[in-house]
Amino acid sequence: MSEMENMPKLFGLVARFESPEALYEAARKTCAEGYTKTDGHSPFPVHGLAEALGMKRSKLSAIVLVAGITGALGGLALQYWVSAIAYPLNVGGRPYFSWPIFIPIIFECMILLAGLSSMFFMLGLNGLPQPYHPVFNTPDFERASNDGFFLSIEAEDPKYDGASTRAFLKAAGAVEVHEVSG
Amino acid sequence: MKKTNSESLQGAQAIVSQATGEDKNVQDGGQFFWRNLEELNNPPDPGELAESAFPPVTSGWDDVSRRGFIKVMGASMALGGLTACTKQPSELIVPYVKPPEEAVPGQPLLFATVFCLGGYAQGVLVESHLGRPTKVEGNPNHPASLGSTDTFAQASVLGLYDPDRSKTPRKMGRPSTWQRFLGDLEGMLADEASGQGRGLRILTGTITSPTAATQLKAIQELYPASTWHQYESLNRDNVVVGAKLAFGKAVDTVYDYAKADIVLSLDADFMVSSLAFARPARDVASRRNPDEPDRMNRIYVAETNPSVTGASADHRVPVRSSDMEAVTRAVARGVGVQVDGEDTVEAFDAFLQAAINDLKAHKGSSIVVAGDAQPPVVHALVHAINHELGNDGHTVTHIRPVAARAENQTKSITALTEAMKAGEVTTLVMLGVNPVYEAPSDLGFEDAMGSVPNLIHFGLYFDETGRHCHWHIPEAHYLEAWSDARAFDGTESIVQPLIEPIYGGNSIHEVLAALAGNAGMRAIDVLQEYWKERGLLTDDEKAWRRALHDGVIAGSAASPNSIDALSSRKRTSTSITSDLPAPAPAAEGIELNFRADPATYDGRFANNGWLQELPRPITSLTWDNAALMSKSTADELGIDTQRGARAIEKAPTVKITKGEQSIILPVMVAPGHAPRSITVALGYGRMHGGRVAAEDGKAVGTDVNVLRTASASWTVADLDVKRTGAIHMLATTQHHPTVQEWDKIKGRHHYREGTISEYTKHPEHPGFVHEVGHTPPGDMTLYKQKYDYSAAGTENAWAMAIDLSKCIGCNACTIACQAENNIPVVGKDQVLAAREMHWIRVDKYFEGDVENPKVHNQPVPCMHCETAPCETVCPVGATVHSAEGLNQMVYNRCVGTRYCSNNCPYKVRRFNFFKYADDKEEWRKAVRNPDVTVRYRGVMEKCTYCVQRINRTRIKAKREGNRPIGDGEIVTACQQVCPTQAIVFGNMNDPDSKIAKARKSGLNYGMLAELNTRPRTTYHAKVRNPNPALNGGGAGHPEQSSDEGNDHG
Amino acid sequence: MANEPIDRPSVLGEVSPVIAPGQTYETVGASVADVVLSGHVPKQWYIATAVGFMGVGCLMMSITWLLLNGVGVWGLNIPVAWGFAIINFVWWIGIGHAGTLISAILFLFKQQWRTAINRFAEAMTLFAVACAGMFPLLHLGRPWVFYWLMPYPNTMGLWPQFRSPLIWDVFAVTTYLIISLVFWFTGLIPDLATMRDRAKTKVARTVFGIFALGWRGSARHWHRYEIAYLLLAGLSTPLVVSVHSVVSLDFAISLVPGWHTTIFPPYFVAGAIYAGFAMVLTFMIPVRKWYNLEHIITDRHIDNMAKIMLATGLIVVYGYLTEAFFGYYSGALYEEAVMKNRYFGPYAFQYWLLIICNGIIPQLLWLRRIRMNAVILWLITLVVGVGMWLERFVIVVQSLHRDYMPSSWDMYAGTKWDWMLYIGTIGFFLFAMCIFMRWVPMISIFEIREIVHKKSQEDDN
Repeated sequence: MSEMENMPKLFGLVARFESPEALYEAARKTCAEGYTKTDGHSPFPVHGLAEALGMKRSKLSAIVLVAGITGALGGLALQYWVSAIAYPLNVGGRPYFSWPIFIPIIFECMILLAGLSSMFFMLGLNGLPQPYHPVFNTPDFERASNDGFFLSIEAEDPKYDGASTRAFLKAAGAVEVHEVSG
Repeated sequence: MKKTNSESLQGAQAIVSQATGEDKNVQDGGQFFWRNLEELNNPPDPGELAESAFPPVTSGWDDVSRRGFIKVMGASMALGGLTACTKQPSELIVPYVKPPEEAVPGQPLLFATVFCLGGYAQGVLVESHLGRPTKVEGNPNHPASLGSTDTFAQASVLGLYDPDRSKTPRKMGRPSTWQRFLGDLEGMLADEASGQGRGLRILTGTITSPTAATQLKAIQELYPASTWHQYESLNRDNVVVGAKLAFGKAVDTVYDYAKADIVLSLDADFMVSSLAFARPARDVASRRNPDEPDRMNRIYVAETNPSVTGASADHRVPVRSSDMEAVTRAVARGVGVQVDGEDTVEAFDAFLQAAINDLKAHKGSSIVVAGDAQPPVVHALVHAINHELGNDGHTVTHIRPVAARAENQTKSITALTEAMKAGEVTTLVMLGVNPVYEAPSDLGFEDAMGSVPNLIHFGLYFDETGRHCHWHIPEAHYLEAWSDARAFDGTESIVQPLIEPIYGGNSIHEVLAALAGNAGMRAIDVLQEYWKERGLLTDDEKAWRRALHDGVIAGSAASPNSIDALSSRKRTSTSITSDLPAPAPAAEGIELNFRADPATYDGRFANNGWLQELPRPITSLTWDNAALMSKSTADELGIDTQRGARAIEKAPTVKITKGEQSIILPVMVAPGHAPRSITVALGYGRMHGGRVAAEDGKAVGTDVNVLRTASASWTVADLDVKRTGAIHMLATTQHHPTVQEWDKIKGRHHYREGTISEYTKHPEHPGFVHEVGHTPPGDMTLYKQKYDYSAAGTENAWAMAIDLSKCIGCNACTIACQAENNIPVVGKDQVLAAREMHWIRVDKYFEGDVENPKVHNQPVPCMHCETAPCETVCPVGATVHSAEGLNQMVYNRCVGTRYCSNNCPYKVRRFNFFKYADDKEEWRKAVRNPDVTVRYRGVMEKCTYCVQRINRTRIKAKREGNRPIGDGEIVTACQQVCPTQAIVFGNMNDPDSKIAKARKSGLNYGMLAELNTRPRTTYHAKVRNPNPALNGGGAGHPEQSSDEGNDHG
Repeated sequence: MANEPIDRPSVLGEVSPVIAPGQTYETVGASVADVVLSGHVPKQWYIATAVGFMGVGCLMMSITWLLLNGVGVWGLNIPVAWGFAIINFVWWIGIGHAGTLISAILFLFKQQWRTAINRFAEAMTLFAVACAGMFPLLHLGRPWVFYWLMPYPNTMGLWPQFRSPLIWDVFAVTTYLIISLVFWFTGLIPDLATMRDRAKTKVARTVFGIFALGWRGSARHWHRYEIAYLLLAGLSTPLVVSVHSVVSLDFAISLVPGWHTTIFPPYFVAGAIYAGFAMVLTFMIPVRKWYNLEHIITDRHIDNMAKIMLATGLIVVYGYLTEAFFGYYSGALYEEAVMKNRYFGPYAFQYWLLIICNGIIPQLLWLRRIRMNAVILWLITLVVGVGMWLERFVIVVQSLHRDYMPSSWDMYAGTKWDWMLYIGTIGFFLFAMCIFMRWVPMISIFEIREIVHKKSQEDDN
């Protein structure tokens, strides 16, 4: 990461808080203050934090639903096409399209697609994998995955102003505030 | 060259070391001295090399050692057999069907020829693919076949390619040549000539060949003092002596079972083991059609060892051999013959009275027949009985003996051995016999051979006898050599070869010709010379060709003379019995009976894998002989007969002692065997029969000839039998439920039977057929529209019906199927592991008294269910249904999940757990049917209704203007071979077809049809014809109808 | 081993806390992560790994022999064409189910105590399914064409036959394996980040960094993450039920008496959970001791799992009774025969042994004292493992060896190669678990931290 510093581009301010509660409060204030380009970082999910930062409910569930339906229909289509169209055979005198006995595979296909999509779309929407992110330049940011609770306000944010924002964060109860660039 | 010599010498030494004493002088502390340069330079026979270069058997997998031999053959063949190649004989042989200009690849030709057993002829048609015989069928023109064959004829084609057959003439056990033999023979004969041939003896089996007989006569004339002896291990001495006793003259008796309403067998297994082969079964079956109730015959059997005949009898009693004479006398007195003896035998009173009354009620239309194993007096009595009943000239006729010389062969070989011991024999020629193995043990034939200067052996194998002879000449297989033979009724046939001798080998006629001074004369010439004299072979050759084509010489059957014409003495039943010996007192102790083995016969088929693995009737035993006895006898001997399922194959062994001699045999309970009596099969324990017969110096089964003496060659009385505590594994294909278990399983109604009276009451809907197992209605399915066969664009719907009233359980179908469908032999270990591969098996169930149960035989091929359970569970669609209703196996697609087998309620599917089909070994390949795929390791297989035959016919019909396939045009292998014609196959869509009619019969039922499998193979319930006067003794009880069986899957 | 003796009256949930008191975000992180990061490895680990590795060797050997000679080296025959391979397949699949159940179903039921064990159990699922997966392939007559069971376009235009339960197996088991992996990895991502950030060496940092996918605990990420995790849990729950139902259909779809019963799916699922929990305990009890994790995997966990075993065990017993009732009440000749054969036939010993293992001995779990006694509990879990294997033996072999055709009845016994393959898979399983424990955080750190957080809140009020 250090190579990036020879062309430093300001990322924004990152503040650390003592507890999830403190972080949550700060987030609410930030949102109320009108900051939009903000984010919180915590070692475990702090409930409501994203909403507090003004995030809307993700449409991941909707995507997975669609994927599941696609899977089920795909499974049915495969079996119907194979058994009744591509290569119809008299198997034990059963009709070519003996649907009741096709159900298990339809079900499995549904689960398979839904399951895969829920992970991959989660990662996708999160923009992961993403090896580098400026916020990693925050001093002892590794605590973000242990016992540190961080709030970042990006320089991009229209309301961003180095000094006042820093003051605002201090007021919100930040233990320490760093200007991070990269 | 140098190396080759040393090898040949090593190879030779192994064998010479076993040669007769005379060779001692040529050996000195392992050092080998040759007698002349010729021997030194004599190049070794490659096959011989291979045999010495490889151990007799190596086994790759501990799991499959019994099959190990096949691998070695591969090697030995690579060296030995390949020098030969299949080609038809240069002489003209005439196909059974009109041949095309030249054989069309893929189009087999049929040739009529004759398969001889014990000298007697069985007409066969042999299928030949481009000059390669692959399958034997019966010859419809031949009286001893009528289109069916027995199991031996079926298996004989495998024997043709047996790599263990003798491949070269041997002098002192070392490879030599036919030419050199003729040279030596000339010398010997020159010596003999001086003494009128006093020292010349010829030993053969029973000879019926007219040509051979004339040759022997010629030799006799050439050497007046020489003698011709005959000996068959399974001889007909009792019959011959019995006839002499009765008529003062040997005669052959011909029974016409088709005319008999009542048959009483006194220990005669006439259905399978008789001179007439498949014929009696066919005739009996022709009278067992339940739809002609008044023509139904009734069969009474009194026998010692439960046999196929006894199993298919209406009434059967187990009688010790030593009691059989008393029984016979009682019958004789019963029907009015003047003879001493009791009027009845306590134990069998009811049976005897019923039989006697029936016989008396059917004078002139009944048959009483005695078994070859019964003493002469019994046969004489039977002649008297038949005469008294007026059967002579109707159901029983007498002809001049078919054999060239009907004699007491035991006496003959005894005389020979005496002469040998006395040093009177200087040259002994043994043609197609193996006396060292099979001669009565008390004669000491083997030792006697030591005092014969010139021993010549001529046989298919370099066997126990050959090894002790100065000269051994390989015999040509009957499919390789010209000859002729006569059938039980005297009918003459020409034996025409289909293939040049693949391992070399000569015909018996060539040896006899050499003995008669015509050294080097070819068999065909000998034969044609004889038949020219007989006038069959004329210049235009018409009659000759016709004879070859038909497989029989028209009108050659012996005329049934009235016995007075044959006999020297006026004949009434009293005159017959006038000078019979007084009744023999029945021996008390445990008796031992010797019988022909259903698989190895007298041992000559010991090296035939198909036969060794063929489940023996009743016992379903394979790869072994055992001491068969009744449960009571076993209990008396302290044998554990209630072994648990795990130990069922672990048979305790007993030591059977008579005098100094004793044998050790595993015990097997044969339900229905006579008490205090043991039956053992001949033909096992052959150390030099080949690599199937003996592996790693361990022979299959036990040689029981040790206890067989000239005086007691069929039954030994008063034995000492002791348990040994040792265990022997007996490989049975069916651990058949004991009689006790029958009660548990009879509710399943796999096998249904009733009596003719029940049937005639309700022919439409007999209770015993329709207690359970109605196929559920068509709409009883999850799916509204099912597969529609009528809309499948074919008019054919193949189906099979098996008539249990006719089936006698002879297993011919099993082995015919094996031959037709390239079914591999898996060996004893795999049979023990329950992995036998037969596509059609004969299930056996026993019902009633364990000492004399009813025996149910049920052939089970694939049922070709319309809603086949096996198909739906196959993950790759390797088994699917054809539009014509065949349940097809796609070997190439099969991945081997074996789910189909689990889901097959009939358990007819077979799996290649190992690579059973052997492709290393050249001649084993040659026997295969090119129309049938050879299955690879890891795939499932099963009965296909002989789809290759269906397709061949279909193609033929297409070529002939797309005509429909006629009824009976397609014949499956099992159907074709069936001696009783119990199997019907055809197109059930054609309302006039036999099968369609059969399926309409009230007796028709589908096994396990209640599972809604809709089987295409159905059964006709067995209908027995018991004597109403008898209700015990195996009479068909009407089965109590029970609801417990109502199981709709 | 009960490091804090419990004398309080037993009320459900009051037994002992889901986490020992005095734990902070840092301490839990440390105690889990250090298992991997600190060089210190308990000697038991080396022993277990060595044993497992020997098992793997045994596995390789028996597979080689099998492929050389064919399935004939096993004890199979006609009629018993399925043997150890299928028994072991069902057994392993069953064991796998506990993992999914703990991580998915208990998650949906908001069972806090699951968090300490779900990662571990999920890993077991993966490896158990891997073991199970081997058998259907190896038991093929021609294993080298196993891919014919997959639907793929080929020149001959051939496809699988979708009416066969074996194809359902292929789909179900593959899906199950994939989804379990997905579920497992999703749960791992935040902890991998933790590992990355705690790693001392550059190598460790890089490796964990790669797998952490650049996770930075962003609130927005957490938001989607929780939805995804919930969805996966929701999907896995029906999946896990479907998988063993499908496995049971391998039998129930057929018409073999003793297989052809409707009770099979539920009865198999219950059996699976039963065996699975037993196996989790079999591993958990020693492991938490070796790694001193009693403060995270507390007696509460052990106790709850024991109770679940007891419950599912009773369901299984109910299954046995139902079978017997079917046999009697159906009045079907063949069903009756099969049941009679089961109770008094040549394999009666195996059946009654199974009843003792699965039905009688586990009743000890009614007693708290037993549940709290690590040694006895551990032995009981082994007994249950054996019992469940016997159950599958009884189902597969006893039903096949005497079905419709008395003429074909025969006996079955596994050969040494059957046993070696089975033992081999157990070795493989042990080996894989050791590798997992050594290099992957075996407990979900972030979820434990949530517990710590909740606890601190409770303490505050």
